[in-house]
Amino acid sequence: MIKFDKVSKKFGEVVALQDVSFKIEPGEFVFLIGPSGAGKTTIAKLIIREYLPSEGTIEIVGMDLAKIPRKKIPQLRRMIGTVFQDLKLLADRTVFENVAMTLKVLGEKEEKISEEVANVLKLVGLTERADFFPAQLAGGELQRVCIARAVIGKPEIIIADEPTGNLDIGTARQIVKLLKKINEMGKTIIMATHNFEIVNTFQERVIQLDKGKIISDKKKGRYNLNERSS
Amino acid sequence: MKDHLKTAWTHIRRSPYQALAAVGIMTLTFFLSSVVVLVAAGSQTLLRFFETRPQVTAFFKDEVKMDQVEDLKERLNQTGKVKELKYVSKEEALEIYKEQNKSDPLLLEMVTANILPASLEVSTTDIAYLGEIAQILRQQPGVEEVIFQEEVVKTLKTWTDTLRKIGAVLISFLGLISFLIVLIIIGMKVALRKEEIEILQLIGATNWYIRAPFIFEGIFYGVMGAIFGWGLAFLLLMYSTPFLVEFLAGIPLLPVSLLFMFAILGGEIVVGIFIGSLGSLFAVKRYLK
Repeated sequence: MIKFDKVSKKFGEVVALQDVSFKIEPGEFVFLIGPSGAGKTTIAKLIIREYLPSEGTIEIVGMDLAKIPRKKIPQLRRMIGTVFQDLKLLADRTVFENVAMTLKVLGEKEEKISEEVANVLKLVGLTERADFFPAQLAGGELQRVCIARAVIGKPEIIIADEPTGNLDIGTARQIVKLLKKINEMGKTIIMATHNFEIVNTFQERVIQLDKGKIISDKKKGRYNLNERSS
Repeated sequence: MKDHLKTAWTHIRRSPYQALAAVGIMTLTFFLSSVVVLVAAGSQTLLRFFETRPQVTAFFKDEVKMDQVEDLKERLNQTGKVKELKYVSKEEALEIYKEQNKSDPLLLEMVTANILPASLEVSTTDIAYLGEIAQILRQQPGVEEVIFQEEVVKTLKTWTDTLRKIGAVLISFLGLISFLIVLIIIGMKVALRKEEIEILQLIGATNWYIRAPFIFEGIFYGVMGAIFGWGLAFLLLMYSTPFLVEFLAGIPLLPVSLLFMFAILGGEIVVGIFIGSLGSLFAVKRYLK
């Protein structure tokens, strides 16, 4: 479903990713771990084609991202739900409106949008907060709004970039449980994090990055703080 | 579509002063365009009116005899260039004068048939013959003054041409300013919505989905400007029609047909849509990389 083949990404002189290769199959739950600057967000941005690789090829559902025309990018992004590290919620829209954006982009009818948003808010446990503005919500609730917006379009792949970033461990666990629940519905989940407690609790596949390189890729992996690339 | 229109309307409502500026400059552009088009069309009709009536008028001295007039008619007919000859006696001239000034009794009281000269109106088959005929008339002893319309037509033509050129330059300039103002206003709005646009792009919105509300907004400014500008020009025309009819006595220029007015409106709406959408498109292209 997702295939990185010898992918490197450079920003001028700075090497963000170097010779990265991995495959993710449909329905997998993968933690991308590593310290800040390891290249987790770069991978997330490469997958949604916010960036193009400097070298190597990336295939998503059989499409070579370097070869798809600009016009097709929206189509690719509709297959991927993204939970952004910086949330990217609009402060002047309610929870309902922020979540409904995805369906509006897809051109769905008002009635369907109302129905689907209600369903997904129920899934993330925010039914009572539908008319709240982002400034009125707690950190964990904001993350759940982002997850709701990412899953509502029924994408096959969900990328969550540091969804537990500023949350206490209890709230962080709830967020990952929610992602796990979505994973059990058949979706592929890639979660970038540097929260070792979470990774060690959930025991899923772990791709560990350091300084832009993959230093380990293990099924049922753990976050080993001592592992570092030389 | 409905969604895009709704979004465009929200954008407009949230910044009423910018909308007012855009519609204002568009209104000015289309008001002046309507005036220039009306004046140009009017002067064209006026020109055609004179051109299709190639006419020289010779005014006779009071002592001229009828047989002298008959002689002159004969001579003119012999040239073969005359289409029509019409002798207007002093009495007939008075009748015409009375008809033209029937609403002004003061002017009627002061005039008798005696002060008005008798005249001969000569139409030629072609406007080019007017000079030659005028020459013959001038040499005639009983003729006091010869007026021929070639000069009137020439002067009118020069005026019309100048007017058209000034109008075209003015309208182009205002059109350009309108375009730039739409571009700046929409550009500001795009810049203000940068975050929203970025999110939309990341969740898979097509370029059209992002651009459409801005383009509709530009079109709204153009169409509103066209309607208001045209409306103002139409009101001005209605208001001045009675005065102009009096001023242009005998020339069938007014009232301007409604069909013509609506054709102007239609044309201006099309131009408004063009300027508005082009301005928005440039703005969105400029700020949406």
